[in-house]
Amino acid sequence: MLNIKTYVRVQSLEEAYDLCQKKNNVVLGGMLWLKMQRRSVGTAIDLSDLGLDQIEEDGDFYRLGAMVTLRTLELHPGLNELTQGALRESVRHIVGVQFRNLATVGGSLWGRFGFSDVLTVMLALDAQVELYHAGRMSLEAFTQLPRQQHDILTHVLIPKKVGRVVYLSQRNISTDFPTLTCALSRKDGAYTCVIGARPQMAQVYRDEKGLLSGGVTEETARAFGEDVAERATFGSSLRAGEEYRRNVCAVLVRRGLLAMEKEG
Amino acid sequence: MELKLTLNGRAVAASVEADTLLIDFLRAQGCLSVKRGCETANCGLCTVLMDGTPVLSCSVLALRAAGHHIQTLEGLQEEAADFAAFIADQGAEQCGFCNPGFVMNTVALLRENPDPTDDEIRAYLAGNLCRCSGYEGQLRGIRAYLDHKKGRG
Ligand SMILES: Cc1cc2nc3c(=O)[nH]c(=O)nc-3n(C[C@H](O)[C@H](O)[C@H](O)COP(=O)(O)OP(=O)(O)OC[C@H]3O[C@@H](n4cnc5c(N)ncnc54)[C@H](O)[C@@H]3O)c2cc1C
Ligand code: FES
Ligand code: FES
Repeated sequence: MLNIKTYVRVQSLEEAYDLCQKKNNVVLGGMLWLKMQRRSVGTAIDLSDLGLDQIEEDGDFYRLGAMVTLRTLELHPGLNELTQGALRESVRHIVGVQFRNLATVGGSLWGRFGFSDVLTVMLALDAQVELYHAGRMSLEAFTQLPRQQHDILTHVLIPKKVGRVVYLSQRNISTDFPTLTCALSRKDGAYTCVIGARPQMAQVYRDEKGLLSGGVTEETARAFGEDVAERATFGSSLRAGEEYRRNVCAVLVRRGLLAMEKEG
Repeated sequence: MELKLTLNGRAVAASVEADTLLIDFLRAQGCLSVKRGCETANCGLCTVLMDGTPVLSCSVLALRAAGHHIQTLEGLQEEAADFAAFIADQGAEQCGFCNPGFVMNTVALLRENPDPTDDEIRAYLAGNLCRCSGYEGQLRGIRAYLDHKKGRG
């Protein structure tokens, strides 16, 4: 449970940024993850009044405010058309509608959770993030930053040119955390594969050996699936063992590639 | 801290702590249909509508609801009575503990999608856990209600 001394609905990002410099103050997203922690918070910083719950089109990007909920992503017609339903597929298994009405895209990415469906799909979409102080950077670069920064994630940018995308995940039981997440994209002939819930944080794997350079067939899809499964590191957790994850990885990558070719 | 919101159509003002959760505030206001099942944002029992949208009241700060409209089962008796009997008829209520959450989320489902398919019903209610029934009864109940409504219309 969180013990919170003071609650502030900030009126500007500057105010939020100043407040979050103090170690025991926290920025609230949907608060679902935060609430699972036992911790004493000085000031809870609520961004609700800053209009960050909007999705705008901005030139070559969709610009998502950090407080956009996972349910909004699931239902957004433009984003789902762009991602061929992959965005919807990535969030629809997360707990339930009432949960997704609260959980935010900002909190989901800021957390850089190992199990994150959202991080997995956003990496495959080549998303960028905007931080109030540190500025704009690729999501991949953001995942490498130290976790202790005191900054505000204000927006997530999804390029309008995404190519083909497919999302798959494996769960022991519906609505549980995933035991493996897998997103694939093909843009300008280049393939990107993202594997998460290894159980470590999602990571990008490219077709370094050119296994798919002659196109996707049953054989090349299998070869690339096995290649990624071999290169990726996996671990064991409560939900699945290392070997199981490795095997599932090879299968999901192969299936994803074949699905991508079929529908594309 | 001072909290003002609309609860089941009535303006309410109260003093709450910074970390008071919406569920505790609502129960203190006499809305005892709102219950804690898991407290880990998993079970859906604490579902209330915030500006018409179903949310987990165990995971929202009461102060975050300031200025918003909150509805609980206490304020939706008529809308719920329409279909609740159909669910009960299917034997879907055994211990009955999960019922308020199911009813609240079914209200939200039917407002958003008045004619859902079975898969749409399952997907919308996936975040409402029931330890007793196996879920088929709830599905049959809602289906029976929808069929009845169509027959009537
Ligand atoms: C029971 C449960 C099951 C889940 N299952 C899944 C699942 O299957 N798949 C999946 O992908 N995810 C899952 N999640 C994670 C969930 O989807 C969210 O990613 C998570 O709750 C964080 O989002 P939030 O909006 O609740 O953030 P919060 O809990 O509010 O915040 C998370 C962290 O980010 C910080 N933060 C929030 N917003 C900002 C911001 N704008 N700028 C800077 N810092 C910020 C907070 O201070 C905190 O440290 C689950 C979570 C729970 C509690
Ligand atoms: S008590 Fe809120 S989801 Fe279980
Ligand atoms: S009827 Fe007992 S939990 Fe659902």
